Amino acid sequence: MRPLTEEETRVMFEKIAKYIGENLQLLVDRPDGTYCFRLHNDRVYYVSEKILKLAANISGDKLVSLGTCFGKFTKTHKFRLHITALDYLAPYAKYKVWIKPGAEQSFLYGNHVLKSGLGRITENTCQYQGVVVYSMADVPLTRPPWRSCWPWESTGMVER
Amino acid sequence: MEGQNVEELLAKAERDEAEKLQRITVHKELELEFDLGNLLASDRNPPTGLRRAGPSPEAELQALARDNTQLLINQLWQLPTERVEEALVARLPEPTTRLPREKPVPRPRPLTRWQQFARLKGIRPKKKTNLVWDEVSGQWRRRWGYQRARDDTKEWLIEVPGGADPLEDQFAKRIQAKKERVAKNELNRLRNLARAHKMQLPSTAGMHPTGHQSKEELGRAMQVAKVSTASVGRFQERLPKEKAPRGSGKKRKFQPLFGDFAAEKKSQLELLRVMNSKKPQLDVTRATNKQMREEDQEAAAKRRKISQKGKRKGGRQGAGGQRKGGPPSQGGKRKGGLGGKVNSGPPRLGGKRKGGQHQGGKRRK
Repeated sequence: MRPLTEEETRVMFEKIAKYIGENLQLLVDRPDGTYCFRLHNDRVYYVSEKILKLAANISGDKLVSLGTCFGKFTKTHKFRLHITALDYLAPYAKYKVWIKPGAEQSFLYGNHVLKSGLGRITENTCQYQGVVVYSMADVPLTRPPWRSCWPWESTGMVER
Repeated sequence: MEGQNVEELLAKAERDEAEKLQRITVHKELELEFDLGNLLASDRNPPTGLRRAGPSPEAELQALARDNTQLLINQLWQLPTERVEEALVARLPEPTTRLPREKPVPRPRPLTRWQQFARLKGIRPKKKTNLVWDEVSGQWRRRWGYQRARDDTKEWLIEVPGGADPLEDQFAKRIQAKKERVAKNELNRLRNLARAHKMQLPSTAGMHPTGHQSKEELGRAMQVAKVSTASVGRFQERLPKEKAPRGSGKKRKFQPLFGDFAAEKKSQLELLRVMNSKKPQLDVTRATNKQMREEDQEAAAKRRKISQKGKRKGGRQGAGGQRKGGPPSQGGKRKGGLGGKVNSGPPRLGGKRKGGQHQGGKRRK
């Protein structure tokens, strides 16, 4: 377990900033406690200082996870965001897409969303923007295998 | 009146004296045993007072501690004193209590190769004198070491031996032989140490020339040989097609796990600030697309005007030129609330008009 290097932090922030933009500083600098990012076995965990101090007592090979896993670094040092980060990203998301109840199930099982399945969408969302998908009840949706958001093409309004 | 005051004062002084004496003198049934070298006092009196005290004997314990400390201090005051840099210092006697070992008893070391051989052969060390008479310098010199009696490297005249090459440097030869002996001795010493600690010599770890070495072993031996120079291999050339050894860079250093959280936060916020400032305020794609759409709309308006006048232009648009992504989808339904631009079609980068002519033509049909 170790803190992230400058390079790794930059790559991770760039990825997260695609979804939440400037609100990222609210994740870094929280009023209700010190939270930090730590790297363990190529995965980035967002963990409070208190939990971190407890986790430090566990040896590295026995430690499975701590805090919330935001994502992992691949072998070529690219950052992949995981759905476990959704709880922290959803409140700060800049571009949101609401889908109708009918299309919701289809989406959850991994299909693209057609234009007709979209309920609302934030203004000024441009192509290939990272978005967070909500159901009509304002519940952020997650989906296997890895991420909840994919680039969204507005031609046929087909979204995956 | 005054007499009474004086009497009172005297009585008070007497009482004070008695109190002080009482404080200093402590009565114990059994005398304490003192080891002033370790500042130790052992009290063998039975702790009846403590047993009577009950569940919380705090006051009794404190009184006992005070008494015993007082006795120890009394003993210390009786020691011979001396003055060291304006401070009165008591000289403590030698400690009489034997303290237990701090570390475990050392294991017996395995015998060195010479010791094994000597034991086998029954060789006993002969008692030798430290000094030997040196005829050349006319004085007693050491048997070995600095300025020893018979040092063959220090001779000023060496006869060339019978069968030797006359151009050979005999002095250099002797010095070289001495260096080799020293190196051999050092190697044997290290080997003995390695055997004692059941370790391998780092230079020979796994490398024993057997004549049948694998490629990896030879490679490792070569790497070690390359690094075994005075400059630790920095100026050793490589063969033309030889690749650099893997993993020869500096080891990476990371920040500590619980570093300064505030500093970490500050550097992350700084990084964010820099990232945000670098993002261009003007999104070039969006700007060009907006411009192009405006041009489209103008051209469309112009066309409508011209067609109203009754003239018909064939197929081609006017000065607007050929573009990909035609107007039809533009005028159509838009998603609620989509202001700004809508990217109809694949992204149009400013200036990229590949194959636009054909597409445009197709659409218009």
